[in-house]
Amino acid sequence: MRIRCPHCGPRDNGEFSYLGDAAPIRPDGMEAQPVAMHDYVYLRDNPAGPHRELWYHGAGCRSWLVVDRDTRTHEITGVSSARDVALSRRTGEVA
Amino acid sequence: MRYSLLSVLGQALRGQRDWKPQWRDAAPKAEYDAVIVGGGGHGLATAYYLAKEHGITNVAVLEKSHVGSGNVGRNTTIVRSNYGLAGNIPFYERSMKLWEGLEQDINYNAMVSQRGVLNLYHSDAQRDAYARRGNAMRMAGIDAELLDREGVRGIVPFIDFDNARFPVKGGLLQRRGGTVRHDAVAWGYARAASDRGVDIVQNCAVTGIRRENGRVVGVETSRGFIRARKVALSVAGSTSLLASMADLRLPIESHVLQAFVSEGVKPFIDTVMTFGAGHFYVSQSDKGGLVFGGDIDGYNSYAQRGNLATIEDVMEGGMALWPGLGRLRLLRHWGGIMDMSMDGSPIIDRTPIDGLYLNAGWCYGGFKATPAAGFCFAHLIARDTSHEDAAAYRLGRFATGHLIDEKGMGAQPNLH
Ligand SMILES: Cc1cc2nc3c(=O)[nH]c(=O)nc-3n(C[C@H](O)[C@H](O)[C@H](O)COP(=O)(O)OP(=O)(O)OC[C@H]3O[C@@H](n4cnc5c(N)ncnc54)[C@H](O)[C@@H]3O)c2cc1C
Ligand SMILES: [Zn+2]
Repeated sequence: MRIRCPHCGPRDNGEFSYLGDAAPIRPDGMEAQPVAMHDYVYLRDNPAGPHRELWYHGAGCRSWLVVDRDTRTHEITGVSSARDVALSRRTGEVA
Repeated sequence: MRYSLLSVLGQALRGQRDWKPQWRDAAPKAEYDAVIVGGGGHGLATAYYLAKEHGITNVAVLEKSHVGSGNVGRNTTIVRSNYGLAGNIPFYERSMKLWEGLEQDINYNAMVSQRGVLNLYHSDAQRDAYARRGNAMRMAGIDAELLDREGVRGIVPFIDFDNARFPVKGGLLQRRGGTVRHDAVAWGYARAASDRGVDIVQNCAVTGIRRENGRVVGVETSRGFIRARKVALSVAGSTSLLASMADLRLPIESHVLQAFVSEGVKPFIDTVMTFGAGHFYVSQSDKGGLVFGGDIDGYNSYAQRGNLATIEDVMEGGMALWPGLGRLRLLRHWGGIMDMSMDGSPIIDRTPIDGLYLNAGWCYGGFKATPAAGFCFAHLIARDTSHEDAAAYRLGRFATGHLIDEKGMGAQPNLH
């Protein structure tokens, strides 16, 4: 498996570490209800198929990436910088 | 047919021609008292103990492929009961005791081999952690020995004790641990369950879970609808997929774990040795191959195959600990899909849906649990209350904070 880092180009997956599903969004601090917090910390869709997920390019540029990958085949269909994804979420645009 | 010395000798004289199939390859009936989804070790053991301990025999095990095609036939066969936390200790010790009597119980040679499990340590901190774990085990009546360097040398003299990064300082040994022939466990439980009237239905994939008024009434399958009062999920890496058929989201991620076997060589190592610092563990099969593995690949996967970075990591760990491995050729490698839970411990519990039961979250360590998981899951299905040895394995513990995190890693499945 190779991940095409937007900064470094295609690199071996051994250079990256994995955090997990990129979908869960942390509930807002003081407002957060225990149920929402439980969902965020513990529950996952865990799909067999397309999955948006967070990877860290630790042995490269050290940026966080959002990777679209199929969990059945490991095929990667898109990689973007997690910063861009977070910024566009804030401004309401799609990354 | 009962297996005995006599039956083996008799068949030898008759040219091995009269062996019968070991279990009935059943076609599904329209209705059962209980349907178990997943014909792996756990599902088959559950069916066996439902019949044996609770007299419930109108039961089907539905397997989408063939018996033994999942993790029960893909694991590295290690069994042990060297856990340190209260919720785990009685459960894994029950499993060990069941292993010790299994072959007589089911009249099947599962090649239970108590050759010992040796976990190496390399630092004061690791020694302390193992001393604590060993003491927790001994307080529960489980065997554990803390070895110093010379003690380890007496068992595995050939490893690199003076490795610059991870010098071997000693180990925690459980002599009653060891290995069990994995697919014989599946076949043995299948035969024993089938003998007691359970239907083992292969090539029957569950595609839906039918509910009426919030209660389970049966399962849709590739071979038609099957009505059942109770439906028990025991599908390892596919757990989230089955749960989603009942609109449940679970604290589970599916990850791939790889394993490896070398060409066969003469007896080389007579125990199970783990090198936690380097993510490598090894034993030798009776055919002579060294069976080894390491960490999960670390990303969500349903592919049943992993990547080269992990293979390299495992080989490096092996070579660092045991340079003599270098001349061996790798024969095969493969992967299986693990149901990694958020605290690294399993779930044996009812679900919020009446009649739907869950056995999952076994991570990379559910083979050793096979007998006890079957035993306790059967108890739950039959009586609707947890067995005392599995009382901590509740689905609700993530919400209440009663996590069982042996490794102390937090809610990060790929680190357990
Ligand atoms: C490489 C590797 C090494 C391991 N090493 C060890 C070890 O040394 N010690 C240890 O204790 N554990 C080990 N494990 C873990 C252990 O193998 C598993 O935790 C355990 O086998 C899981 O339970 P099972 O046997 O019931 O699973 P499985 O055998 O996977 O059974 C689940 C079954 O469910 C079936 N299924 C899935 N979806 C459906 C559906 N929709 N309908 C019908 N059936 C379905 C599957 O086909 C499968 O047969 C290892 C695992 C792997 C992959
Ligand atoms: Zn990069």
